[in-house]
Amino acid sequence: MFKNMKIKKISENIWEIPCEGKMNVPGRIFASDNLIKDIEKDKTLEQVKNVACLPGIINASIALPDAHQGYGFSIGGVAGFDIDKGVISPGGVGYDINCSVRLLKTNLTLKDIEKAGKKEVLHSLFRSIPSGVGRGDKLKVSKEVLNEVLINGAQWAVKQGYGNSEDYIHTEENGKLPNANPNDVSERAKARGMPQLGSLGAGNHFLEIQIVDEIFDKEIAKVFGLSSGQICIMVHCGSRGLGHQVASDYIKLMEKEYGWPEYDRELVNAPIKSELGKKYLSAMACAANFAFANKQLITHWIREDLKHYFPEIKIEVVYDICHNIAKFEKHLIDGKEKEVLVMRKGATRSFGPNRKEVPQDYRKYGQPVLIPGSMGTASYVLVGTKKAEEISFGSTAHGAGRVESRTKARKEITAESVKKQLAKKGIELEAGSFKGIVEEAPEAYKDIDEVVRVSNKTGIGKLIAKLRPIAVMKG
Amino acid sequence: MKFKFLDHTADIKFQAFGDSLEECFENAAFALVNIVCKQKIKTIIKKDIKVEGNDLEELLYNFLEEFLFLIDSKNFILSKFKKTKIYKKNDKYHLHLEVLGDNLKNYQTETGIKAITYNEMWVTSPSEDRSKKFTCQVVVDV
Repeated sequence: MFKNMKIKKISENIWEIPCEGKMNVPGRIFASDNLIKDIEKDKTLEQVKNVACLPGIINASIALPDAHQGYGFSIGGVAGFDIDKGVISPGGVGYDINCSVRLLKTNLTLKDIEKAGKKEVLHSLFRSIPSGVGRGDKLKVSKEVLNEVLINGAQWAVKQGYGNSEDYIHTEENGKLPNANPNDVSERAKARGMPQLGSLGAGNHFLEIQIVDEIFDKEIAKVFGLSSGQICIMVHCGSRGLGHQVASDYIKLMEKEYGWPEYDRELVNAPIKSELGKKYLSAMACAANFAFANKQLITHWIREDLKHYFPEIKIEVVYDICHNIAKFEKHLIDGKEKEVLVMRKGATRSFGPNRKEVPQDYRKYGQPVLIPGSMGTASYVLVGTKKAEEISFGSTAHGAGRVESRTKARKEITAESVKKQLAKKGIELEAGSFKGIVEEAPEAYKDIDEVVRVSNKTGIGKLIAKLRPIAVMKG
Repeated sequence: MKFKFLDHTADIKFQAFGDSLEECFENAAFALVNIVCKQKIKTIIKKDIKVEGNDLEELLYNFLEEFLFLIDSKNFILSKFKKTKIYKKNDKYHLHLEVLGDNLKNYQTETGIKAITYNEMWVTSPSEDRSKKFTCQVVVDV
């Protein structure tokens, strides 16, 4: 679509949009020759360029191997901002604030699951974890309790008996983003979120039973507690209607207060240090905490449910990473350590060894990076790197990334063919909606294997283990 | 045709049509419902809706967002409109209507909608558009 745009290959798997016109920094895209062809098809490159025009942006406007067109920022878009001169844009975080992934490890093997019956186990999980549009209602919370959730995130859930402290210790930000003031979240957002606490949702969100299929780095896999043939469970969900409404509310408020950049209405923003900027960051932290608590509750229900089948089961959190978030982090800028605001939209933090943000037991090696594939394809565990800290604000890809529109997928793919395809691979599927199955069909996504290969080759995330799904639950 | 869906990589884009602005807005809401649920919805619960906007786009945005709010907070899904009225007063557009619908839990749902966006949104009247219909376009984040 944007064939006229100047884009330069600067090294194997790294491309640059040179700084020109209103751009404050160049654009930098991590992609193979194949992936860049997909990226060129939609507005991704234009969006990378527009983000480069935002005030206070540092180093480069970054797009990761799974990048595709999003709202304002592309999905798979990353940017760091100077705290004094920079801005915060809800489009740099996304509508599903803290859409995130948690990986649980178990002491089970495939034999155990097969003995209990894969279909039965999946169906049981499907029944005990609310999913689908609007649905929740397993947990009724008052407004006062919801406020506590928004302040304390996963730590609230653990305090109520839903899990243990090891769970949130192995969660980004210890499952609780600081400076979250529930007064900055509208009543409307709270009303949307209240009935949905403890629910998976619909769309690309899922729960998968997976098996560790391949280990690339034995030493680090061992540190993360992963070994070949082990059964794991991956949960992908976010802040539900509450986060969506927070994003909508602040986009409107920022438009009213500051207007929008002439190059893109979707990149509406506020200075980081402005009242409105601070309020958005606080409301965003509340939504992030809602998502952390959400996954903690789901973890608890998974434990309760699987106990019926496997009384001796042990389920521990490997790690839990954020996809859609803005955070204050220290990075080396021109050789000096500096605090900056990093926005990751459909991107995973990828910190290397010896960062204090990484849990003690992993710190020497780096932070686990979890990259889920599309429905029925492999997922990967990587480890963060120093190189990522140097060239991508400590970030790497977050998933396969869409290549095909949902409308097109619905025209071309049938639910039956997807089911058959999965059955052939020995993957059990239970879903609330046929349309959901079709829209999330593997054909609608980029090749996850290639996405992680580029991450590994460019050094922004090092491969540790491959997980293959054996049962999938979708809302 | 009441509405049609168009291609969009990550999100869902649609256009809705009507002989009046009211009908065009109603059809946009039906397109929205069509994303969430394909079944025929019963008319069991009644709600009054009042929204306003500084321009027609903002009015449409606020109108459609009301349904996302009702889905998430009340599990309400719409079926039919009554007494739809759009008018301008004190430089602002207002929309009043009655909506009939049912509890979403009684139906098979499809895709969840995260947000209405201003992305590529427009509303045109027959004078601006040779199709002689009121038309609007919306991209929703799913």
